Amino acid sequence: MELRYTPKQQEFRAEVRTWLAEHVPAKPLKSYDTKEGFEEHRAWERVLNSGRFSMITWPKELGGRGADLIEWLIFEEEYYRAGAPGRVNQNGIFLLGPTLMEYGTPEQKARFLPRMAAGDDIWAQGWSEPGAGSDMAAIRTKAIRDGDHYVINGQKTWSTRAAFADWCFGLFRTDPESSRHHGMSFILLPLDTPGITRRPIPQLDGEPGFAELFFDDVRVPVENRLGGEGQGWNIAMATAGFERGLMLRSPARFQETARRLVQLYRKHGARVSPAVRDQVLKAWMDAEAYCLNTYMTASRLIAGGKIGQEASLNKIFWSELDRSMHETALSIYGARAELLASGVDEADEITRWIKGFLFSLAGPIYAGANEIQRNIIAERLLNLPR
Amino acid sequence: MNFAFTEDQLLFRDTVREFLAGECSPSHVRAAAAGEGRSAERYAKLVEMGLTGLTVPEAQGGLGLSLVDYVLIAEEAGRAALPEPLVDQIGIVVPLLIPYAGRAEIAAVLEGIAAGTTKVAIGHPCDPFVADAAGADLLLLGDGESLHLVPAAAVRLTVETSVDPLRRIAAVAWTPGNETLITTESGLWERALDLGSVAAAAQALGLAQTMVDLAADYARTRQQFGKPIGSFQAVKHHLASVQVAIEFAKAPVYKAAFTLAPRDVSHGRVAAVDAAALAARTAIQVFGAMGYTYEVDLHFFMKRAWALAGTWGDRHYHLDRLARMVLSDDAAIGADATFAP
Repeated sequence: MELRYTPKQQEFRAEVRTWLAEHVPAKPLKSYDTKEGFEEHRAWERVLNSGRFSMITWPKELGGRGADLIEWLIFEEEYYRAGAPGRVNQNGIFLLGPTLMEYGTPEQKARFLPRMAAGDDIWAQGWSEPGAGSDMAAIRTKAIRDGDHYVINGQKTWSTRAAFADWCFGLFRTDPESSRHHGMSFILLPLDTPGITRRPIPQLDGEPGFAELFFDDVRVPVENRLGGEGQGWNIAMATAGFERGLMLRSPARFQETARRLVQLYRKHGARVSPAVRDQVLKAWMDAEAYCLNTYMTASRLIAGGKIGQEASLNKIFWSELDRSMHETALSIYGARAELLASGVDEADEITRWIKGFLFSLAGPIYAGANEIQRNIIAERLLNLPR
Repeated sequence: MNFAFTEDQLLFRDTVREFLAGECSPSHVRAAAAGEGRSAERYAKLVEMGLTGLTVPEAQGGLGLSLVDYVLIAEEAGRAALPEPLVDQIGIVVPLLIPYAGRAEIAAVLEGIAAGTTKVAIGHPCDPFVADAAGADLLLLGDGESLHLVPAAAVRLTVETSVDPLRRIAAVAWTPGNETLITTESGLWERALDLGSVAAAAQALGLAQTMVDLAADYARTRQQFGKPIGSFQAVKHHLASVQVAIEFAKAPVYKAAFTLAPRDVSHGRVAAVDAAALAARTAIQVFGAMGYTYEVDLHFFMKRAWALAGTWGDRHYHLDRLARMVLSDDAAIGADATFAP
């Protein structure tokens, strides 16, 4: 055990810090859940890519830096410290990217990964359906083979980023006679394919962060299938593992929220109930704990270990931490916590906490509801009967 | 940066776990509670494994290992609710005495601890009782800032009864004198408190895991409504929540063992002791009426967790200390302040 950064790691941090200081937009971008904001964020992805900071853990030949997980953590710490824009591209670089690298053919990798890295293709997720939320094996949307194409009919919903994204990946039932997690395939398709109708769904904040997708005889070439026909479930589970696991929720995000919460408390602490102090301390401790735990996992993976059920433990911990930090912040603002306005600095900050709070309510639901995660922990880690 | 234990450290931990599973199972703990409370035979085996000398320098016959090696062993002692006073000695007494090992009489004490021939108890001036004061040859005690090593014959004990039938506690009366003084150096009792907190926290991690494991075992076999109660989501979710709390208390405790920095220590200590309290509350609920009896083993682990929760600075002390180190205007916080440069 050595809990100090190496000189090389410190140099990397300095390099990232300098680059971000020079490139992070001075004015916050519009939300990527608006048409205009989406394109502003795409442009930022291109800037990141020009500095080879778009996906540093990817191999060098794919535009990455071959960074290890400790370097990734350092990068993320600097990224949040710099207040850099959210990643509109995260479905691609953190979910589909690693899945493609593991299951894609060389042609698929060459076709999709560089465009993903460059921000040319922004990806949406296509898992859930009206009847298949937590119970993802209940997926019914069919992709029926017709020569060298699949013909897709059905409906996806709550598809993250689908309001404005270019492409979508998801699970489709390629064997119409199959049931549950058999007979599904993992298919990639452009969202401008004829037959697709998008209906953006406004989120709690009123902006369309996700959408319903209707498929009406949508023809997709067979070469857009990732992995074998009928192998979709296993591949999707690997993707879900990435999502619940390490890469998508960097500890720095929660440490930054905790830091803002501590600053808020420093400003208003004298005015609020002493009970708030312990909530703020708990937030700080838990954000630190999430960070330390991730460093432990990263160290183990670097040494050749495999990720296990910690994905479910992580998902419960960060999502409930995020929600409680925002609740605590709003409780500090008291009656002003309903102030959704802009123009003055404080109102902007309150608005940021309110929007963060609304978003934090999604955390315990998406990427496998926390009830599902608790079932997984109970059944696979504690060996309780199904 | 490498936040991982070595293969050797994990292997040693596994060996100790296996040893304690055989020599200090819940039924052994129950037998100890019904009998004399301490087993000379088991203590001799701990000595034989080198555990009493784990942190004692090699020059004094120990293994000369670090607190990072030790923290995993303390966790195992908690997991087994080990009755013998191993953790306090190797985790608190020995690290406090090591700087004075140049003195022949201190070196001899360290040798005695490693060899199992000398037992040293320690009590922090902020705690009303000293654990295992009865049965100790020497007591490490404080008078203001100064540190004294006092022979058992020179103290008067008022033995008290702990809620934990396996904890032997006593109030200690003594008169400081030059002949017992080790040092007047300041800050040592702060350090003792940090060492004691890591000891309590590491044991709390192990205790919490055993409570979850016992409850999960019970939930697999206990049938109601024609099914094992562990198949009900209400039960599953309770236990899963405890497992989450345990997992996210580990890294702070391990970091505290590495840095021994007050901020890390208080964090690890609060997280682990809170996780153990949650484990106790949840496990007794899962055991239902059985959990409320003396007849299942769960209570030995619950009671150890409750007893340790107040020692070496209670929750309020550590939260107050943390508040000064985290919430004050000049405290460095945020991701780039997590690891000292």
